Amino acid sequence: MNTEQLIFYFFAALLLISALMVVAMQNLVRSIFLFFVTLFSLAALYLFALADFIAITQVVIYAGGVLVLMLFAFMLSNKELLNSLHPIKTRFKFYQLTGIFICLTFLFILVSINLQIDFSGLNWIKASAPILERDNTTHNIGILSMTRYLLPFEVLSVFLMMALIGAAHLARKGKKI
Amino acid sequence: MIPLSHFLIISACLFCIGLYAVLTKKNAIQILIGIEFMINAAVLNFVAFGRFDKVNGGGQLFALFAIVLAAAGVAVALAIILNVYKHFKTIDPSKINQLKD
Repeated sequence: MNTEQLIFYFFAALLLISALMVVAMQNLVRSIFLFFVTLFSLAALYLFALADFIAITQVVIYAGGVLVLMLFAFMLSNKELLNSLHPIKTRFKFYQLTGIFICLTFLFILVSINLQIDFSGLNWIKASAPILERDNTTHNIGILSMTRYLLPFEVLSVFLMMALIGAAHLARKGKKI
Repeated sequence: MIPLSHFLIISACLFCIGLYAVLTKKNAIQILIGIEFMINAAVLNFVAFGRFDKVNGGGQLFALFAIVLAAAGVAVALAIILNVYKHFKTIDPSKINQLKD
């Protein structure tokens, strides 16, 4: 096992363990701070798929934007919201058992399908030119987003403006919506 | 070079953790975190397949689009959660069971 695989499996284990802890944690503020760890190790996994620009975007948007937004949302809101987030001590409920059962079934289906497929034998993968370590993917993304994927790019910009106006309108104080 | 199926197994595990959070959590913010896990699992799949698609770059481009869409979704969802709290005084989705006020 070389160093690349060692680092990859370290980050994969970190990702899955921290994701499990986020889900299992009773305290919401702690689980959101653990969510940071999950997102950073996910960004590290993107690097191993040779998507450096996506990894940086993940760190900037998720760790910088989404999580700070989540923390602000209940730190700046009124105190009752924070109080209602405190956990109620509960036993292991029946719905949790059914949830675990559904998730494990789904995981079994996904993994068994995954193990049946021979990915290196697929035609489009054999015919494709994989990204190499020395390629400049950021350059490639910039050119592609202005040529081949121009329409999704512009639709996305309009959508972002709609979401911005909508969120500002919903979160505003005063009269009813 | 890490084989493709390892990426897919990791993303399947992440998706199922997110599914568990969505199914069982009693708090709207934790359900939102579960949805984020599921979106991130999909993005990991996009990126893992995108390694074999240098010319078109579809995987990486749409991973980027999915991240931006998820961020916009979180902003709107948090605003909705704050409004729901103001209206119902709770953010437990199983207690919010009426549309009219």
